[in-house]
Amino acid sequence: MHTLYNFVSGPLAWISFLVFIGGCLYKIYNLITLAQQKESFIFSVMSVKYGLRSIGHWLTPFGTVNMKKNPVMTVVTFAFHLSLFITPIFLLAHVILWDESFSISWWSLPESVADMLTVIVIAGCGYFLYRRLTDPTVKYLTTASDYVLLAIVAAPFITGFLAYHQLFNYQLIMILHVLSGEIMLVAIPFTRLSHMIYSPFTRAYIGSEFGGIRHARDW
Amino acid sequence: MSEPEKVITDENLERCLAGLTQDRIKKAIDQVLKKESGARLKAYVETCVHCGLCSEACHVYLSKDNNPKFSPAGKVKRTLWEMIRKNGNVSPEFIKEASIIASTECNTCKRCAMYCPFGIDVAYMMATVRRICHLCEMTPMYIQDTAHSHSATMNQMWVKDDEWVDTLQWQEEEAQDEMSNLRIPLDKEGADFMYSVIGPEPKFQAYLIYNMSIILNAVGADWTMPSLPGWDNSDMAMYTGDNEIMGRLKREHFETAAKLKVKRIVMGECGHAFRSVYDMGNRWLGWKLPPIPIIHAIDYFYELLKTGKLKIKEKYKKSVTLHDPCNVIRGGGLAEKSRYVANALCENVIEMTPNREHNFCCNAGGGVINCGPPFKEKRVLSNRVKADQIKATGAEVLISPCHNCHSGLEDINHHYKCGVEIKFFNEIIYEIMEKPGE
Repeated sequence: MHTLYNFVSGPLAWISFLVFIGGCLYKIYNLITLAQQKESFIFSVMSVKYGLRSIGHWLTPFGTVNMKKNPVMTVVTFAFHLSLFITPIFLLAHVILWDESFSISWWSLPESVADMLTVIVIAGCGYFLYRRLTDPTVKYLTTASDYVLLAIVAAPFITGFLAYHQLFNYQLIMILHVLSGEIMLVAIPFTRLSHMIYSPFTRAYIGSEFGGIRHARDW
Repeated sequence: MSEPEKVITDENLERCLAGLTQDRIKKAIDQVLKKESGARLKAYVETCVHCGLCSEACHVYLSKDNNPKFSPAGKVKRTLWEMIRKNGNVSPEFIKEASIIASTECNTCKRCAMYCPFGIDVAYMMATVRRICHLCEMTPMYIQDTAHSHSATMNQMWVKDDEWVDTLQWQEEEAQDEMSNLRIPLDKEGADFMYSVIGPEPKFQAYLIYNMSIILNAVGADWTMPSLPGWDNSDMAMYTGDNEIMGRLKREHFETAAKLKVKRIVMGECGHAFRSVYDMGNRWLGWKLPPIPIIHAIDYFYELLKTGKLKIKEKYKKSVTLHDPCNVIRGGGLAEKSRYVANALCENVIEMTPNREHNFCCNAGGGVINCGPPFKEKRVLSNRVKADQIKATGAEVLISPCHNCHSGLEDINHHYKCGVEIKFFNEIIYEIMEKPGE
């Protein structure tokens, strides 16, 4: 158990972070190079003003027509994504790990709040799963990989919750938690989870096209 | 409730199906996906998380009772996903189906890009599918014929060089009965603007040229029209994926204007011509913006009304509602100017809902109506939401400042019995304007 734990929290952690960061940087580099080679007009269309305008509307809850049309989805997805980012970064247990490893630390969430945010993420995954299984339009677009991705995202939060509350076999759950977190990190550049990296670009582009060339709003 | 559809046979699709090889298909797909496409396609395909939020944007999906296969992402699933998954090794039957989907189930209206959280442009992806089908020669017959017309005559309607000038002179003569000193100045170098129309106008909508010449003469405009090919601003090649012809057409149109040394081009009430000028044709030619400014008729009427050059006898009395053509409003930012013109001309303007950028497509644009009679019933049945919108306004007249919209809406009007009269702006202006000498 201890060797396994040391492995996943040591070398494997280094590898996964490198793959995650390197993978994300490579994806951005690839996107920009591809644009330069094939669609260089993108650079003359891209506009800071219109790009940010579009991103701003779409990052605001109920800031677009489609968000207003889908209120439940809007609330869930904002709560889910915010909790998804805030929890791993500001969780006390994670901050302690960074402090112990590299002597850097930052503000952390009260543990009850972190607990609640974790539940929000898991509930969010549950809602997305329910939606995929029951809404015919979403079901039509769904493939096996969509369920796998949901599992990849839910796993670190489920195992994290279980580990914090020390339910079941603590040591095993801890190892699974670290491992599932690493799997998620590594999955981001290579799966549809990369929407995290690409969506600011696609949003800024269409915002620029609609705003700067079409003189219309895209929300 | 949507109605059941009959089976459709398109002669060109069938002919192509008989001779198409898998080898050719693979070459076409490889060329488009690997050589011609770039960052946008890659980003769109990899970023779509299959959330389905684009579906309620699409008038086809909504009119078909929320049938999932007609959602924007659903259409991409039935075409590009499969082509990518099989690495280009898809069957001729598949390409035929893909062509039908991309050419007749999507108008490339871009409403979906406003509903997708990531701004994924499914219209662009459908245009990419059309390009792949074009390279396989798998294009519906009527629109392929139109593209051939563009190629052979530089206009959309097989109008011969002499027929063009004859039509202008005929309309000029007719209009002189109303205004004796009316001229349609041909090839006047250095005029303020060149007026351009789409192919169908001389062919079967010559009254629009008539109306415009009355208006332009009444306001004392310094205008001209070209006598040579290059007068047609339309571009159906853009919609078949025939980018090469699209580029030739745009270049010809602007070179014609450049030869006449005009300061700008004013185009008639058309939607897609506008788009081929600032969105697709220009990019193929490497222009950021058109070399000579080109403005839509709505913009020009706005100018005339705002400056008081166009005088109205009395406002139009019948109640009107305003259609927002996709390429002019969502595509050209003319929502407010269009409303200014409508309100300046008409006493009672009733807005339809949704409106402006969020208005629904008429389902005729994007080359769909140009796929002709075989697909007419399908097209009408995919636009029920538009009919519902129109009926809900209770207006007597529907203003539709775009030729394809006008024709498509006439079909909707007829099928769903909306009971409206459909008019262009210039028809209303002609009816209520002050004519010199009256």
